[in-house]
Amino acid sequence: MNIGNLPFVVAALLVVLGIYTFLFKRNLIKLVIGISLVETGVNLFLVTLGYRTAGIAPIYTFAPEAERMVLPTPQALTLTSIVIGLATTALLLSFAVFIHRHYGTLDVRKVKELQG
Amino acid sequence: MTALTNHAPVLLIAIPLLGAFGVPLIGKLGRGARNTFVGLIALITAAFAGLLAATVFARAGAPGLYVLGGGGFGVPLPSGLSVPIRIILEADGMSAFMALITALITLTGAFFSFSYWKDRSGGTLFYSLLLLLTAGIFGMELTGDLFNFFVFLEITSIAACGLIGFRVWLKNAQEAGFKVMALYTLSGLFVLLAVGLLYGQYGGLNIAYLASALTGSTIDIVALGLLLTGLALKAGAVPLHMWAPDAYGEAPAPMSAVLVANSQASLYGLFRILFTLFGLTISVATLGWILVVLALLTIFVGVTMALIQNDIKRLIAYSAVSQIGYMLLGVGVGLTVSVAKPDYGFVAMQGGIFHMFNDAVCVGLLFLVGGVITRAAGTRDLNRMGGLAHSMKWTSVLFIIGAFALAGVPPFNGFASKFLIYEATFRLSPILAVVAILSSILLLAVFVKVFQAAFLGPRQEGIGGEVPAGMMVPMVALAFVIVAFGLFPGFFIDKIVTPAANALWYGRDAYIGLVLGGG
Repeated sequence: MNIGNLPFVVAALLVVLGIYTFLFKRNLIKLVIGISLVETGVNLFLVTLGYRTAGIAPIYTFAPEAERMVLPTPQALTLTSIVIGLATTALLLSFAVFIHRHYGTLDVRKVKELQG
Repeated sequence: MTALTNHAPVLLIAIPLLGAFGVPLIGKLGRGARNTFVGLIALITAAFAGLLAATVFARAGAPGLYVLGGGGFGVPLPSGLSVPIRIILEADGMSAFMALITALITLTGAFFSFSYWKDRSGGTLFYSLLLLLTAGIFGMELTGDLFNFFVFLEITSIAACGLIGFRVWLKNAQEAGFKVMALYTLSGLFVLLAVGLLYGQYGGLNIAYLASALTGSTIDIVALGLLLTGLALKAGAVPLHMWAPDAYGEAPAPMSAVLVANSQASLYGLFRILFTLFGLTISVATLGWILVVLALLTIFVGVTMALIQNDIKRLIAYSAVSQIGYMLLGVGVGLTVSVAKPDYGFVAMQGGIFHMFNDAVCVGLLFLVGGVITRAAGTRDLNRMGGLAHSMKWTSVLFIIGAFALAGVPPFNGFASKFLIYEATFRLSPILAVVAILSSILLLAVFVKVFQAAFLGPRQEGIGGEVPAGMMVPMVALAFVIVAFGLFPGFFIDKIVTPAANALWYGRDAYIGLVLGGG
């Protein structure tokens, strides 16, 4: 089935949604969710870049002759990016946990001792 | 020896990376063993950085290629076509110059920490993160592949935020850690999106290959905009600087110095992308002026914000932000005129690049001194300090050296690089030089205020006392570098700065040609 440019549109939507969340939400956990959304959008964009209509997985062993393969590089990039995303999200959430422990709140308006 | 020289680029990344994971294991044997191990790793890494710099500067900054897994760069297909897909490292004059800065700063940071963290817990993972950060910075500086650049960028982000926030018992450190990590992640995602856009168009990730294929289409401009935003954010240029004072201010003193080296690595990435990846395929005059305006904003906002601080670490942090502006200014002026290539453009480049080294050393020294006096006075508030010069004579001398050098007072190294910047920017537009000079004078005023508040005044009972030799030696070493570079700037400009500036200014064809043949 040809889905055209739909995945690119969805990726762009996810990125915009994520940036909106990051800029306008006041809860630290929601900020992390926003960052995750941007990340997912970028990952989707990368996977879509390598997609070929009716392509098969890029594995050479037992590959049928003269089939189109999807590009392997963007998939490798996406995997790397997912792993990095896991690390950053974990670090961000643990900072959020400690902030909650110290300040007793997750509201960004109340967590602002560092200003000016 | 030749084998070591040949493999220096990859060893620079591999040794600290493996060391980082070795530290927790060695740490089980006790503190002495751990410190010896970390010191050894830092020394070996610095030695390889020196070796790499010696080889690169011996061939006048011409790029050298290192292919992981050996063999040629291309992988031939059955059809006979050779596809450039190998993982490569490429070191030219600019990379070697940055590697020298990183090696010097991480080495002093590590040795200072041995004494600084003596009585504190959490040391083992701290050194682990420090070595990881070192590996990431070297990776950013040496890689010849845009995606690997992103991976190393994220490694430095995660390690740096770990270092900022690992003291979980400090309220402010957690706040700073969250803020910095969120912005670093966003900057990394911008870079990744740009990498994806470029890959989608040209089907490659190699910097040299992309540079040869770039056409300057609209999508290229979008990718450039994303890269510029992402890397300017990570370098801490105004208006994306809001994380920098928190990061430098809340990290432990020796790590603030290393974080500055980390910001400079992003600045290096920015320069590499502007000069080597895009080169003249884009409108360099427009882009150069954008950089110049950003630079002036950074210089001005950094200095004025430093002026109103009462917290000594935040004050030094803001002055570190302002110095990023001078580097951007020098290189931005160079970029603006990089079509006609007049002589003053090259001088501006030399000034901007030389200032990277000088800034790392001066700000590094100031952060170390800041850590020492914060600990001696038991507070970071300048209004509650005073009289430290009575008991800490050497520290106050070191502070004066660092402050004068950063404010560009002769005969220290900051004067040498800032003078080149003033001279060259004046030729483009006198107003640039005026802002740069005025800001330097303001910076001097800032440090006079600190000196008066912290060191002068009546002796206070029960505080102070000269620092132990373990902290003094790294500080004196940095001060020695400051004075040496200030007294013999011509020698160092000839030997290391000119090849680095050449690599950016003229080196694009050589960089591409080395990988793709011909050129």
